[in-house]
Amino acid sequence: MTELSERTRVLRNWEWARPVRPVRREVLSATPELEEGQPPLLFVPGFGHGAWAYAEHWLGHAASRGFPAYAVSLRGHGGSASAPEADLRAYAHDVTQVAASLPRQAVLVGHGAGALVVAHALARYPARAAVLVAPVLGGWATLGAALVHHPFGTLPAVFGGGLRLHRRQLFSRELPDADARRYTARLGRAARRAQWQLLTGADPEPAVGRPPVLVLGSPDDRVVPASALTRAARRYGSAPLLFPGMGHDLMLDARWREPIDAILDWLVKAPARADRP
Amino acid sequence: MSTPTEHGRPDPETTTLARSSDGRPVSDRGDTVCVIGAGASGLTAVKNLAEHGFGVDCYERETGVGGAWNWRHDRSPVYASTHLISSRPFTQFPDFPMPDDWPDYPHHSRVLSYFERYADHFDLRRHIWFGTEVVRVEPVAGDRWDVSTRSTGGYGPERTSRYAAVVIANGHNWSPKLPRYDGLEEYRGEVMHASSYKDPAQLRGKRVLVVGAGNTGCDLAVEAAQQASRCWHSTRRGYWYAPKYVFGRPADQVNDTLLALRVPLRLRQWLYHRTLRLTVGDLTRFGLPEPDHRVYETHPIANSQLVYHVGHGDITPVPDVARFHAHAVELTDGRQIDPDLVVFATGYLPRFEFLDAKILGDDAGVGRPRLWLNAFVPDHPTLAVTGLVQPDSGLFPLSHWQAVLFARLLRLRATRPDRAAAFAARVSAGAGERYSGRVEDSTRHWFEVGHVDYLRALERALRDLEGK
Repeated sequence: MTELSERTRVLRNWEWARPVRPVRREVLSATPELEEGQPPLLFVPGFGHGAWAYAEHWLGHAASRGFPAYAVSLRGHGGSASAPEADLRAYAHDVTQVAASLPRQAVLVGHGAGALVVAHALARYPARAAVLVAPVLGGWATLGAALVHHPFGTLPAVFGGGLRLHRRQLFSRELPDADARRYTARLGRAARRAQWQLLTGADPEPAVGRPPVLVLGSPDDRVVPASALTRAARRYGSAPLLFPGMGHDLMLDARWREPIDAILDWLVKAPARADRP
Repeated sequence: MSTPTEHGRPDPETTTLARSSDGRPVSDRGDTVCVIGAGASGLTAVKNLAEHGFGVDCYERETGVGGAWNWRHDRSPVYASTHLISSRPFTQFPDFPMPDDWPDYPHHSRVLSYFERYADHFDLRRHIWFGTEVVRVEPVAGDRWDVSTRSTGGYGPERTSRYAAVVIANGHNWSPKLPRYDGLEEYRGEVMHASSYKDPAQLRGKRVLVVGAGNTGCDLAVEAAQQASRCWHSTRRGYWYAPKYVFGRPADQVNDTLLALRVPLRLRQWLYHRTLRLTVGDLTRFGLPEPDHRVYETHPIANSQLVYHVGHGDITPVPDVARFHAHAVELTDGRQIDPDLVVFATGYLPRFEFLDAKILGDDAGVGRPRLWLNAFVPDHPTLAVTGLVQPDSGLFPLSHWQAVLFARLLRLRATRPDRAAAFAARVSAGAGERYSGRVEDSTRHWFEVGHVDYLRALERALRDLEGK
């Protein structure tokens, strides 16, 4: 994982010449009964997950605390239209499209590889703030960690197959087995090209508008090791917020309430715009 | 969300009183930046300055945002059928995409709704003083500016505020340019400038002469072909009429594919000529004059329908107007035609009536400032003009980057004065620079830029400024 590039990019001939093809996108939402002046939150699920993963607990909880909450299914996931040829750029496009459609400047929350999608989207949309939950920011170290923890689920993905995650990687033992099975049964897979770009793709460009970024995760996560969390947080000039004893899917695990409350508390404290060097 | 009519002066505690040179009271707005106009370029200036931490006061003479794209505004040049002529990827702000389920070339009402959403999304209206026009902008000591405003229409008292910097974003498509013709005063038919054309009903059943082959002139000729009983289209020369679609894709996207591949200009011109030859064919067969220049040397005309209607005989191409008689128009080839409505689609001139023309280096006062990157003013490091560009693609992204560059410059003036000084030297040395291949030098084309040449120069300026 290299340092973030700091050069602002103005010219994007290829992107202009070949705009991302639009697809039908699933957006789930929960909004507070009374408008309380809080910024909207846009949750971005990781590879294999859909907006449903947030609809289970986090959307409703955020709304109950006064935050309008939205979750998008990246193309090819959840209820969005299928997109076998999708790449990271198409996923980031889905995020900026939904973010720009919200009534006010949004906070982007990305989980797993969805955090990498958010990091790319931050270069194309001036978010009010960003939260990276158990971020998988790509690079070969990601592959190493995945191979160590779950070789047989990971190997097919290296050769273009789907990435299979075991429920014991995603959830702690506190989560009832039935729930864990129900959630893993809903997992899909990301497009082949996007999976490859997770390993070999270019680093995200610098975020526009310098939003404050919070990184959080679990030291007992068996997809993202604690060292990766620290590295990700350092990239954005902070230290990660840790929730020991939880699995990778913090929004579905038994103690889902703790991380989302921490995120909302951080937002209520109105983090300042990150300082420029 | 505050409505346009209810606003107080933002953060009044930063306001202190000072005196202008002639003793009028001036409220000192400290580090706040003033933006003139809340159209496309003004809005993106407000957004980017606020994003870079500046206080912003924006003055807008109308009661809504959108400037030229708000058809309710009396200075708006749009007519009922106006559509974008550059496709969405070239038109949207780089950090706020238009919805991807919109058509490639949206209608002007959609463009306005896009600006309204932009203003609401980034909470820009709280910075904007609606119904307030700027009457005077004067430099004062310390590179600061006194801006005098009053209610639009001229009633109410004038007030003057002092700002750290000023962004002029008053648009360049509102002050009609009318050519002089002999005998125009004695002509008995109806005469109008395209700025007052709004609805095709104005053409219905009339014998119409459209003068001018800009994008507006061509749109109007096409509308007249469908609505009027007769349509003549007068052009001074032959032009390239680019279709909006080639090979099933928006033409500008095809063009940028070639630009991305860094295909040289000459080869692109040849490919373009070749494509038009194979698809549209020989224009002289239709009675249109042969283009006397290569494509990309004048502002592109994106119109798929003009040639089609000429082929139907609904548009009669004619040469330039020589003079007017009481009941006829004489053309340069000696022919006389008898329209009862003449529409001058002869364009607009930039105007900065609130500013001493010399400040912008426009010593002759003809609305042709001498600037660097079409935006930065020699010897006035805290003044910028945005949106004074005529790109061969959408304007809004260019305005966005001009605003970003100005905001970063203003910040570096405080933190890195050496870099700001180097930038100022660059502005003085480069004023008047052009950002395109060979193009015509006229009141219409002096601010024509190639979007890639221009953005590349701007990107370099941004990197030089930040030392990256």
